[in-house]
Amino acid sequence: MKRVAALALALCLILVLFAGCSGGGSAKSANVIKIGVYEPASGDNGAGGKQETLGIQYANYIQPTVDIDGKTYDVKLVIVDNESSTDKAVAAASQLVSEKVSIVLGSYGSAVSIAGSDTFAQAGIPVVGITCTNPQVTEGNTHYFRICYLDPFQGTVLASYAFNDLGVKKAYCLAKLGDDYSVGLCNYFMEAFEDLGGTVVFETFPEGNTDFTSYVANAKNAGAEVFFAPVSTEAAALIIDQAHAQNLGIPLLAGDTWDSNVILDAAKGKNVSIAVTTFYQEGGNPEFDKGIKEWLNAKGNEQYLANNNGNDEIAAVTAMGYDAYFVALEAIKAAKSTDPGKIMEALWGVSYEGVTGLIEFNDIGDAKRDVAYVKSVNTETGKWDFVGLASIN
Amino acid sequence: MIKNKKNTILGFCALAALFLVLFVLEKLLPTGSMLFVVLKKGAIYALVAASMNLLNGFTGLFSLGQAGFMLIGAYCYAIFTIPVQHRDAVYQYFDGGLIQFTVPVVVALIMAGLAAAIFAALIGLPVLRLKSDYLAIATLGFAEIIRAIFQWDALGPLTNASNVLRRYPLFSSTLFPFIVAGICIAIIVLLINSSYGRAFKAIRDDEVAAEAMGINLFKHKQMAFVISSFFAGVGGALLAMYQTTIQANAFKSAMTYEILLIVVIGGIGSISGSCIASFLFIACSEWWLRFLDAETYIGAFKVPLLRSGFRKVVFSIVIMAVVLFYSKGLMGDKEISFQGISGFIKDPFGLVSRRKKKTEGVHIDG
Amino acid sequence: MDFINQNLPYILAGISVGGQYALIAIGYTMVYGILRLINFAHGDLFMAAGLIMIYLTASLPLYIAIPLDLIIIAVLGFLIERVAYKPLRNAPRMSIMISAIGVSYLLQNVALYVTGGLAKTYPTIPWISNSVTIFGATTKVVTLVTPVLTLILVVALVLLINNTKIGMAMRAVSRDFETSQLMGIKINTVISVTFIIGSLLAAVGSMLYFTNYTAVTPISGSMPGLKCFVAAVFGGIGSIPGAVIGAFLIGICENIIKGLGWTTFSDAFTFALLIVILIAKPTGLFGEKSTDKV
Repeated sequence: MKRVAALALALCLILVLFAGCSGGGSAKSANVIKIGVYEPASGDNGAGGKQETLGIQYANYIQPTVDIDGKTYDVKLVIVDNESSTDKAVAAASQLVSEKVSIVLGSYGSAVSIAGSDTFAQAGIPVVGITCTNPQVTEGNTHYFRICYLDPFQGTVLASYAFNDLGVKKAYCLAKLGDDYSVGLCNYFMEAFEDLGGTVVFETFPEGNTDFTSYVANAKNAGAEVFFAPVSTEAAALIIDQAHAQNLGIPLLAGDTWDSNVILDAAKGKNVSIAVTTFYQEGGNPEFDKGIKEWLNAKGNEQYLANNNGNDEIAAVTAMGYDAYFVALEAIKAAKSTDPGKIMEALWGVSYEGVTGLIEFNDIGDAKRDVAYVKSVNTETGKWDFVGLASIN
Repeated sequence: MIKNKKNTILGFCALAALFLVLFVLEKLLPTGSMLFVVLKKGAIYALVAASMNLLNGFTGLFSLGQAGFMLIGAYCYAIFTIPVQHRDAVYQYFDGGLIQFTVPVVVALIMAGLAAAIFAALIGLPVLRLKSDYLAIATLGFAEIIRAIFQWDALGPLTNASNVLRRYPLFSSTLFPFIVAGICIAIIVLLINSSYGRAFKAIRDDEVAAEAMGINLFKHKQMAFVISSFFAGVGGALLAMYQTTIQANAFKSAMTYEILLIVVIGGIGSISGSCIASFLFIACSEWWLRFLDAETYIGAFKVPLLRSGFRKVVFSIVIMAVVLFYSKGLMGDKEISFQGISGFIKDPFGLVSRRKKKTEGVHIDG
Repeated sequence: MDFINQNLPYILAGISVGGQYALIAIGYTMVYGILRLINFAHGDLFMAAGLIMIYLTASLPLYIAIPLDLIIIAVLGFLIERVAYKPLRNAPRMSIMISAIGVSYLLQNVALYVTGGLAKTYPTIPWISNSVTIFGATTKVVTLVTPVLTLILVVALVLLINNTKIGMAMRAVSRDFETSQLMGIKINTVISVTFIIGSLLAAVGSMLYFTNYTAVTPISGSMPGLKCFVAAVFGGIGSIPGAVIGAFLIGICENIIKGLGWTTFSDAFTFALLIVILIAKPTGLFGEKSTDKV
């Protein structure tokens, strides 16, 4: 009996194997160009990654074809989940390489971008980073581009906002252990804040931590006047909750990750004040806002709405994802080819006016951006209030 | 004796053929193929699983510290091989770090093993006096402590704190992990077949009896623990090369559990089982089952259930089935041999001889 | 007064999380006492209780959702034992522990699939989610409710074990598995009851825990699970008061460590404590001395 069962199990595995192979091979057709989407759909950055992917999917819905040298190609998105984890990143990236994508978009989170970078480099595939703000992503390579500003810029903007606009002298910084994004941004913030004449306290929390009681108490005891926590939205929601429960009473400050409706939900009706810097302010391009809201609320798109945390508030990362898709299309058009190498060369010359502003690359492959949007949460309505533009003088 | 010699020769031929096949595959297939991902990671996990099997399967010590030792190996390798000109960029918050020299890759691999082994020797002193589950939970605890220490800011100039280490030399050919893992596994097999290996098995089967026969319990347990950690360290270094970047964060207890499951699926006490299971496990989790994650349409019909994450559900159900119904795993405590294979070809799954006395379908090791 | 003001939040947080840990740790210690099994899936059951609660409250009012959640988790605990552990009762100890790891892996992956990898926000349970101020420190009511509720449940459980027939059977089984079987105790019933009680307590613990820390992710259960096991070992495995004291101690120490600024080591500390106690006094604070049978 056992042997028969073993035989059956083995047969099942073989069947699965064939199904897997045929599934991979059946999608070949003459006029298709594949764009890889290398984003986390689970793990700590799952929420942000999904919102970024939404922007790409919406852009693909708006513009499903591209003309290459007079021929119309269908654009097919190949989406993989890098699980927000550097040890799963290589396999996810290899999956895209083996699917023969022409260009890759992503990832949300700098650490996974760095981890997947070499795999793409070896295959000669260009990557357009969307919101990975750590300088290390594009440094020292020619295939990684990005359309957002960088942490040194963002950290400086935030520090000067805290010091000059909020008028505070002591900051409490909290980062997640082993997270290049939050540790990096905290570092640049601290450098700039100390240069301005402020003092900082820096602490980290381990992955999977859900108890932020003591961190909030630490900030209070340290006499900090601002709580800087550029962490993932999941931790952010818990921090906001604790800040409210303990009546923290000082402003919370964060970077682009907090520009998400998860934060709005968490902060609604709470006794907290929150300010963030970000890439896009809803209302910046009414046509885009209206279109994507209709698309999210359309029948049959419930899954997309769920990925956007169940409402149609637009996150900046979604707008950035949308722009990244069109930057990729521009490069493909300019390259007049589906060949990754040619697209990589064409990317350097791309100039595209997106919903988040003009996108052009400098000689490192970073977008030339010098303006950040500052916005704050209106805890009564649960919406963002626009505070102003910030840049380095 | 003659038969043994014949087996050794056959074994070498098989290995040579394997490397030849790999070499040809590398030339024929495009480098981006998922096959190579599976082969590289599979070889590395095979080494780590074999090292864990040495401890859990052959010595009867239930240790769950493998991820911690891999972490030490991976960091040791990376720290000593990042080229000096890249150190400023990697250790960007720590002024280029403390160490300003590099060692050759092979030396670094051995150092990675040694570092893990030294650490194992230190924690072995107190921990190995504990029994079964207590030993498991204590080693698991040590792995977590190691992870925290490596992320500590004060050690930043050495470990880059919790930030990624990268730009160390990698392997480009699939042959490299196969050769390194192959050599290491061969050493493990030789060890198991030596008098030390027999002492290990005696301890596993009955500690009291083993002690009565004059086997120094602590010495042998310590030896198994240190050797196993050495190879886990080397495996960690290989994993670092495969991943291109490392971060202490990734070496969670989940990694140890994965390796433990490989050992169990392959058969506790079978090195060849561990190797086969590791390739199957990696192939299933990284490659074959990935189609379960994609939303699929057959015509206009949307296949139900298929969406992100379904692969892992199916995978864990398969694992539970193996654990519950085939608790001996693929190979039990037997090893692959040529008699076994020829026997299998003549009589697959014992279907012919089911009623007869069970033939020696697989050669019993030892 | 300043000193109290500054340090009270840590102590309060410690006592509160300690109480929640205690409710989970009891499940570990009871199962280990009877089956000699580290039930790795227990922490994930705790996570599942949180998730199921979220999905139940989406469509049902609280006064139905809470009892229903308790029932579902009790049934789930019972099923896990029947499906994954019972067939392996005569197998080596290692196999059954691996089966526990397998169940934990399965629960996490199912949760990942169902939630789509996103953190879910726990529903607000009225009253216990409100803020209160004591001695200048502001916290949630649940912080104060937890230790009281924990103590009531523990006393009830101890009474159950000491004064009822099934409690007596449990004690007998944990003392000697085989002899009690020979004496006519229905071992399977006793084990099932143990799992059901453990699961119920974990479900109550999850309600208190997630009211304080409102995000539930597929891995929310694994770290608390490990810590609670450590608490059970610390108190002496098999001893319920021991587990409770161990849990409170770990909860408080953890928060003090964070308060001292050693935040990197807040998780590692728990394991360091475990190793120290294992080496110094392997039977834990209240554990019974075991003798090796030759």
